[in-house]
Amino acid sequence: MVLIFAETWNGTFKKSTFEAVQYGAQCAKSLGTEAVAVVFGAASDDLAALGAYGAQRVLHLTNASAFEPIAYGTALAALASQHRARLVVVSATANGKSLTPFVAGAWDAPAITNVLALPTSFAPLAVRRGAFSSKGLEDASAAGDRAVVGLVPNSVGLGTVGTQTAAVEAVETAAAGKSTSVELQVASGKIPLPEAERVVSAGRGMKGPENWNLIEALAQELNAGTACSKPVSDIGWRPHSEHVGQTGIQINPQLYIAIGISGAIQHLAGVSSSKTIVVINSDAEAPFFKAADYGVVGDAFEVVPKLTEALRAFHA
Amino acid sequence: MKILVCISHVPDTTSKIQFTADGAALDAQGIQFVINPHDEFGLTKALQMKEAGLATQVTALIVGDASVEPTLRKALAIGADDAVRIDARPESGNQVAQWIAEYVQANPYELVLCGIESIDYNGGTVPGLLAHRMGAAFANACIGLELSGTNATVLREIDGGKEKLTASLPLVVAGKKGLVEESELRIPNMRGIMAARTKPLAVVAPSAVAAQVVSKRFEKPVGRTSVRLIDKDNLGELVRLLHEEAKVI
Ligand SMILES: Cc1cc2nc3c(=O)[nH]c(=O)nc-3n(C[C@H](O)[C@H](O)[C@H](O)COP(=O)(O)OP(=O)(O)OC[C@H]3O[C@@H](n4cnc5c(N)ncnc54)[C@H](O)[C@@H]3O)c2cc1C
Ligand SMILES: Nc1ncnc2c1ncn2[C@@H]1O[C@H](COP(=O)(O)O)[C@@H](O)[C@H]1O
Repeated sequence: MVLIFAETWNGTFKKSTFEAVQYGAQCAKSLGTEAVAVVFGAASDDLAALGAYGAQRVLHLTNASAFEPIAYGTALAALASQHRARLVVVSATANGKSLTPFVAGAWDAPAITNVLALPTSFAPLAVRRGAFSSKGLEDASAAGDRAVVGLVPNSVGLGTVGTQTAAVEAVETAAAGKSTSVELQVASGKIPLPEAERVVSAGRGMKGPENWNLIEALAQELNAGTACSKPVSDIGWRPHSEHVGQTGIQINPQLYIAIGISGAIQHLAGVSSSKTIVVINSDAEAPFFKAADYGVVGDAFEVVPKLTEALRAFHA
Repeated sequence: MKILVCISHVPDTTSKIQFTADGAALDAQGIQFVINPHDEFGLTKALQMKEAGLATQVTALIVGDASVEPTLRKALAIGADDAVRIDARPESGNQVAQWIAEYVQANPYELVLCGIESIDYNGGTVPGLLAHRMGAAFANACIGLELSGTNATVLREIDGGKEKLTASLPLVVAGKKGLVEESELRIPNMRGIMAARTKPLAVVAPSAVAAQVVSKRFEKPVGRTSVRLIDKDNLGELVRLLHEEAKVI
């Protein structure tokens, strides 16, 4: 069996969950076994619909409370042991990353994280992962015949979606956590960076926080998340949660637009695996152009509104 | 209360990464190794807690061979009271976690500060595996920490926002920028560097632990070949290319 952590947010599946279920289902097929998604707590989405992504069954831990890494990780480990799973697949979201070591620890299995592709072999598990913050690629292999895979969101993408439905079974969990969530502060209407398909990012070239309306307008037109370079968050123009790069959030969206960002090695390390990179910079010598697919040499204050306008015309 | 700060010894962020000709490992030639940037936030936080009277001792620990000692001395120069080196060259996160857990079992610490990930192998598993082995509470992507007696209040980053949580010690934290601000990070001064020379640095022999994950081969990602420049007065062309060529809109 391949178990997949089917993460929900406010009762609905995250996009990264569908990707992880499809990944798990493809692994299950190669292994000649079943793909089983695990859902924690109350959900408003139709659980059987995970069948469309390849899950044959859904185990619904109906009595699970709010996310807690130890409780969730231990519950997944218990199911993995009970069903003699070969693999547990977890999308590397904030919560997914938190629970992964507890699945591995309690199930006594290797954890291979930062995984970018389907396994190249299953006995032992061999898979490609990112290392050195996108400056390297590593082929890693797990000792033994089982493993926990931490899959980078947006890495394999979502393939074709079927129409099958999965059988849903309610089960109970007795796993307890060691911390208590007391408050969630989540900005509504913002696209979380790790799972954003498009990201509009800006740096010191924007001169000051009052100019971010230009960035936000472009992001809105593209239905994109917003990000920034490290100094921009350090001087408080933007929140730390938008800082991307080697020491910030690492992303690999379909489209990354970098505006007024010079392209320092630490910035590139966190964004260079984006599929398509567009750079807008007034300095034709800015190093970022060497790491871009498309470039516009020009003043952001002039180019960004024009690009937003051109996109508006395209979408109209 | 004692605080253990776990430090990963990693290539400086400006390093150009190269692999050995057979692709088996990092080519460390010419690379400058530093305290993992995420761990610097934990170290500073620990020192601030000690200065605020919340902790009596701050220990810096690295699992590594003798080549990591300059990095440990740097942590001592920044202000850690003592240092521990577990004498091994780890291949996998499970080994690091188990060795640190065994050390903590013999030398208890109520609070263990780690970083969210090592910027070299990007594992992100050591802190959680360590919390599991210690039976401690765990907070990942920690961007705020307050202690009151044996109770901790933690702010952590989640997708699209923040979560506040409470836990009792013992606690393992995997921190990042926000735990303290960039501007609060400390650079060793002459006095610190002199003092570091005589601060205790214990070398501990590791137990036998097998690596659960092994690296087979490394390679560099293929870079982009050339940028296509678009005139700033013809942005309709950029939109067309993004749609028709790149197929991303
Ligand atoms: C340990 C360490 C870790 C780091 N980690 C990260 C990280 O994770 N992420 C990160 O981003 N950085 C990181 N950095 C910082 C990095 O080295 C750079 O300093 C930073 O990325 C530069 O940010 P920037 O491009 O916004 O600013 P700058 O380098 O100042 O560049 C501004 C750019 O804007 C352009 N510009 C100016 N005016 C305009 C205009 N009107 N229109 C268009 N363009 C304009 C300029 O030509 C220039 O290229 C790290 C540094 C260290 C030491
Ligand atoms: N060799 C090591 N010695 C001490 N601490 C480590 C070591 N490797 C990892 N850590 C700690 O675990 C964190 C996450 O590392 P990793 O799981 O390797 O990505 C680091 O930020 C350190 O705090």
